[in-house]
Amino acid sequence: MVKVAGTFGRSGVHDYILLRASAVILLAYILYLVGFVASADITYQVWTGFFSLTLTKVFTLMALVAMLVHAWIGIWQVLTDYVKCTLLRGTLQFVLTTVAFAYVIFGFVILWGV
Amino acid sequence: MRKERPKNLDLSTVKFPITATASILHRVSGIIVFIALAIFLTLLNCSLSSAQDFQSVQGYLDLFIVEFIFWGSLTGLAYHAVFGVRHMIQDLGYWEEMDSASLSAKVGFGLTAVLSILAGILVW
Repeated sequence: MVKVAGTFGRSGVHDYILLRASAVILLAYILYLVGFVASADITYQVWTGFFSLTLTKVFTLMALVAMLVHAWIGIWQVLTDYVKCTLLRGTLQFVLTTVAFAYVIFGFVILWGV
Repeated sequence: MRKERPKNLDLSTVKFPITATASILHRVSGIIVFIALAIFLTLLNCSLSSAQDFQSVQGYLDLFIVEFIFWGSLTGLAYHAVFGVRHMIQDLGYWEEMDSASLSAKVGFGLTAVLSILAGILVW
């Protein structure tokens, strides 16, 4: 019997691992960004130069995909705890996960021509 | 059967332990960061478009309301990251007792406060 169809992983254990794996990637990306902002005197040239690096592009998009997985599971956890009406919960889950998907696509669009 | 069993229905006398406050704030900060991501991505998009757009983003960041939202979002992110790390340390079997869990929650609050001040310095 399927009990957790709304979340990302195949099971609770899978969700548990995915949530933490994505968290580690996101933490590493935050430290990467903070390190850049703290060390550089930011002008337009420096800013675009940083985001045109292949490393930054790959890391940014990887972080956004990790965000999708992380938010998908987190939103599911919060919604299943507080929203008891199945139709409302399913609708919110759909809308918010779609927003997370849009963030990922937006990331590709932003970095495409930089 | 004892009739005079203790009742405590006065909710004003019931208090969240600090660990519960830490937990609920972790959820709240996660939602805040998720919403703030729309703003961050929009600003990033604008700032990378052209030198003029970069300047206009710098202009937005001089507005108090934008600065405040930016600072609040960074504080939410700092909180979520700090308590996410605490959570993963707890996964490894540490800080699971009431004393150590409360202490680590307090340290987490302190650390978030420091990061929040640093974020404030960055924004203003």
